[in-house]
Amino acid sequence: MSLFYLVAFLSILFSLLVIFTKNPVYSVLYLIATFFTFTIHYILLNAQFLAIVNFIVYMGAIMVLFLFVLMLMNLNKDTEPMKSNLLKIAGVIAGGTLLVTLVSSIKALQTSAVATTTNSQIGLVGNLGKVLFREFLLPFEISSILLLSAMVGAVLLAKKDKRTQNG
Amino acid sequence: MEAAFLIEKILLVVVLFVITLTIAAYSTWAERKVAAWMQDRVGPNRAGIFGLLQPLADGGKMFFKEEIIPSGANKWLFIAGPSLALLTSFLGSAVIPFGQSIELFGKTVPLQVTDINVGILYIFGVVSLGVYGIMIGGWASNNKYSLMGAIRGASQNISYEIAMGLSIIALLLVTNTLSFKELAEQQHSWHWNIIYQPLGFLIFLVCAFAETNRVPFDLPECETELIGGYNTEYSAFKMGAYMFAEYINMFVSSAVMVTLYFGGYNYPFMDQVNALLGPTWGPLVGVSVMFLKIILFIFFFMWVRWTVPRFRYDQLMDLGWKVLIPLAIANIVITAIVITVVDKL
Repeated sequence: MSLFYLVAFLSILFSLLVIFTKNPVYSVLYLIATFFTFTIHYILLNAQFLAIVNFIVYMGAIMVLFLFVLMLMNLNKDTEPMKSNLLKIAGVIAGGTLLVTLVSSIKALQTSAVATTTNSQIGLVGNLGKVLFREFLLPFEISSILLLSAMVGAVLLAKKDKRTQNG
Repeated sequence: MEAAFLIEKILLVVVLFVITLTIAAYSTWAERKVAAWMQDRVGPNRAGIFGLLQPLADGGKMFFKEEIIPSGANKWLFIAGPSLALLTSFLGSAVIPFGQSIELFGKTVPLQVTDINVGILYIFGVVSLGVYGIMIGGWASNNKYSLMGAIRGASQNISYEIAMGLSIIALLLVTNTLSFKELAEQQHSWHWNIIYQPLGFLIFLVCAFAETNRVPFDLPECETELIGGYNTEYSAFKMGAYMFAEYINMFVSSAVMVTLYFGGYNYPFMDQVNALLGPTWGPLVGVSVMFLKIILFIFFFMWVRWTVPRFRYDQLMDLGWKVLIPLAIANIVITAIVITVVDKL
């Protein structure tokens, strides 16, 4: 249990650092650390497959892309647009409203009744695969089609248009 | 957790660490010897017989050189880059079984640090982390050449990871397991996975070259275009750390390829040998067979380096996205069809 509190403290610390650091590259590095603590959380919950997939996809692929884009643009303090005070106040109000909405919706859901799974081994690869492909086959396939269409859309957007391109 | 178990694991980790370092150090020597042999030269021969003390001399040189951190560099990330590269290169060897369980002083000791049931995915995760060392170091140097190297490293790594993952999926269809221990046991004596997955192995091999940044895919450091790429600004031991990380990566990826496709510690007629030598010396023969295979793979890495010229950047991307990924997908489909047909018969 003490391990959980340590890791939870680290996740919150790193996620706060993501917001409060000025340098965008530092922000991404702290975000990587945050995702690493999430991986530890999944392992503590005995969800090994989810842990390793979080590790590969978020830490290994998506964050590399984030870092890649930041390095390409090479954002510095001089080039960063200064935000006016009006924008800052608007941001605070919008964020606060979102927080109130979230808190009230969680309160309405009454999460005091904790959902318990009967099987603590559900997070292991074999069990998870069986559950996904037997009980939740339709949602699983639909989400895969969603991902496929997103991928096709991205490829279409990135493709050069032959008519508008000269030469 | 009992003390004996902890001591056993710590000993195993320390032995593995020392072996990895030794092999990495002597890979630097072997690389120069192999290069010399292929180009009809002598190679290092001053320090010790056959130049065998050369790695020690090089290591000493790296330690005593002056450390230079460029004034425009980001100091902490500049140090973090090579450290991270070295750290991630070591992580992979934790899940590789180097032999059958061996009987030592009346105890059965598995020659694997840990057998997690998502071992193959773990290796995949560690490989994808490897690029951070290059990216952070390259960016922190505050040098255009370094940044170019870092960006090339990142895009190359991401592109070849996909084909690598797809080639592993075809292997998983055959083996039905993600654990390295079971994978090694399945390939008993001569039932190596290379027989069932020749195309998958070829794709994996090419991707392994790209992920370890070896020639013909060493574009992140490409000295003819980018001076030294991501390690242009590095000197002394930080430079050494990057070089060492590359050789350790080579060792770990050789070990992974041996375990995945070439039977790991298995060899034909191993049952007879094990019966003859008993439970202590029998597995040790398996361990030496494993290391022999790994060394052959490392030699292959070097052989390719001194034979094949470097790819151009667009050729690298074309090979990754337009050749390897379609081939890997075709491999999955064919494997799945064959398995279904064989099961029905």
